[in-house]
Amino acid sequence: MSDFESLELRGVGRSFGGMDALAGLDLTIRAGEFVALLGPSGCGKSTALNCLAGLLPLTHGEIRLDRRRIDTLPPERRGFGMVFQSYALFPHLSVEKNVAFGLQMQGVPRAEIASRVRAAIDLVKLGEHARKLPGQLSGGQQQRVAIARAVVLEPSLVLMDEPLSNLDAKLRLDMRTEIRRLHQSLGLTTIYVTHDQEEALSLADRLVVMREGRVQQVGTPDELYESPTSWYVADFMGYRNILPATVVSASGGEVVVELPGTRGSAGSVGSGGGGVLLTGRAVGALGAGDRVRVAVRPEDFSVAGSGPAGTGGSIPGSVSVVEYHGREFAVGVQAGDTMLHARATTAPDVGGAVTLTAPVERVLVFPEALDAVVPQAVAA
Amino acid sequence: MSVGQRPGRATASLRHRLAERGVDPALLLLLPGLVVAVALFVYPFSYGIGLTIQPTAAMQEQWGGGVLANYVAFFRDPFVFDSVWLTMRLALPAALFNVLASVPVAMVLRHRFRGKRLLTSLLVLPITLGTVLTAQGLLIFAGRQGWINRALLEVGLIDEPLKLVNNYLGVMFSLVITGFPFAFLLISSYLSGIDPSLEQAAKTLGAGWWQRFRRIVLPLLAPGLATTFILTFVLAFSVFPSARLVGDAMGETRVMSLMAFRAFGEQNDYAMASTIALMMGAVELLVVVAVLGLRSLLYRGTTGGKG
Repeated sequence: MSDFESLELRGVGRSFGGMDALAGLDLTIRAGEFVALLGPSGCGKSTALNCLAGLLPLTHGEIRLDRRRIDTLPPERRGFGMVFQSYALFPHLSVEKNVAFGLQMQGVPRAEIASRVRAAIDLVKLGEHARKLPGQLSGGQQQRVAIARAVVLEPSLVLMDEPLSNLDAKLRLDMRTEIRRLHQSLGLTTIYVTHDQEEALSLADRLVVMREGRVQQVGTPDELYESPTSWYVADFMGYRNILPATVVSASGGEVVVELPGTRGSAGSVGSGGGGVLLTGRAVGALGAGDRVRVAVRPEDFSVAGSGPAGTGGSIPGSVSVVEYHGREFAVGVQAGDTMLHARATTAPDVGGAVTLTAPVERVLVFPEALDAVVPQAVAA
Repeated sequence: MSVGQRPGRATASLRHRLAERGVDPALLLLLPGLVVAVALFVYPFSYGIGLTIQPTAAMQEQWGGGVLANYVAFFRDPFVFDSVWLTMRLALPAALFNVLASVPVAMVLRHRFRGKRLLTSLLVLPITLGTVLTAQGLLIFAGRQGWINRALLEVGLIDEPLKLVNNYLGVMFSLVITGFPFAFLLISSYLSGIDPSLEQAAKTLGAGWWQRFRRIVLPLLAPGLATTFILTFVLAFSVFPSARLVGDAMGETRVMSLMAFRAFGEQNDYAMASTIALMMGAVELLVVVAVLGLRSLLYRGTTGGKG
């Protein structure tokens, strides 16, 4: 279905009233890829998508589809399908007329329209609702109409702007699977904007993490999940514990950091001057005295009763919250004035003293300054 | 104690039952409006209807028809009945023009651009001018010795002054000047009620501006257009000051309100004046019903069925 080889964005930017909503976006997307733009609201991901769709004019850079420059084309001549956060279904047209709209605009013969609309509606399993108006459908059904309307044109590129954010949690999971299934079975090329890292990780072949209009890191889900290049990306990749710290000593790839404000009141292990010491893996060049952020995933902390310290050092604290999560428990541990998040297979007693330990290679230490991070090479 | 409690409980459940049917103390808020409506509308209106079936002896003698003599006169007397057509001839095109001209202007003014606020203010400003002030301005501006005619004569485009006021055209100008801002404001607010992402979606689906307008904006705007048309029509239909001041009061702009005024002020025939006023309402109602009927047809046509 994707009849092109690559889509290239070169130095794409958009300034608005002196503010850079998007700056210097370089990205090459190959046909058939599923790329997710990930970041919090205001990071420029939706701006990037709208620039790509042609709904917002660029102020810098250019977009090329293969060799052809397309950023000068109006949106109606780019031939991209777009799924909006609000669905943007035409309220006065039935489901099948919504889906047929784009085909009618292209002047496709009537008989062909009918069969393609029927196929697209069947694809999203809305056959029995074809004659209904959008207002008579549930949120998930409306979302499926929006997707059918976009893919019925067999667009070279499908753009999705937080398509699942208005759905409830269970439906979101179902639709996620549905979107991935359609992407694969139709051979689409998809660019997907979201603020939900789980969605991005599970759907995309490649992720682009953005911050303040700029790309922070580009990589496969695996790369980003295992080796984020900044604490900002780590924060998105499930490193729920992001702690400010100072480097005490660094040797090779390993650094020892001091975590201020983690001195447990019940703490028996007193080490160093201000706080607990922890050993971790340095991401980037770090030296003694540098201000850093330490990132640890909850599932990498092991919770033990007060006992011997692990290899990388341990953080004493007291259990303050225990949440049941099915197979495991999410444990909130208060260490000094810092709340740490961990996982445990058995529920520890609330108020009990525990020690958190993590393997050295699972403790990532990043420079505090985000600007120091140079986005890694973009070409896939 | 149980005796004292019983009536209390009974009241509570009664209040509950009443609230279920929408009867609660908040209904008292309707009272002031209701009093005003009865005092200023319902009673005078009913009184007026009563007047229409009490024709003067002269009317009864001239037109016959007993108590309905006024109605017979209204339909039989061409001098009176023609005013229906004369009023329609003004009000319908004026309302149509105001609505149709407002749409493109309101469409353009949805976008942000420099000077938008100034332009909007200029467009809406005439709403603050009274009809009398507008008429006065028109006479000075477009009269025989007005600026327009003098300028055109100087330039040599015309040999004798154009007749722009004291006729049909003058009243039409006045109706457009006062009615357009009104229609523009209404249509702007209807337009802003249409989700801009719908047009964006249509764009990404390959629709050009005309297709977006015809297939998406227009059907969604249609109910608003109908409402705006009705309101500007009613406004234009009851034209009185400009018909007299910049029109040809005894000729081509002999509108219904002028006829009612003539019966009332010159002939002291309250009953006939009320009859004409009532028939004005009836004609307006006919148009309103027709437009609403058309609107429901239009809307249903674009929302349902199979194409």
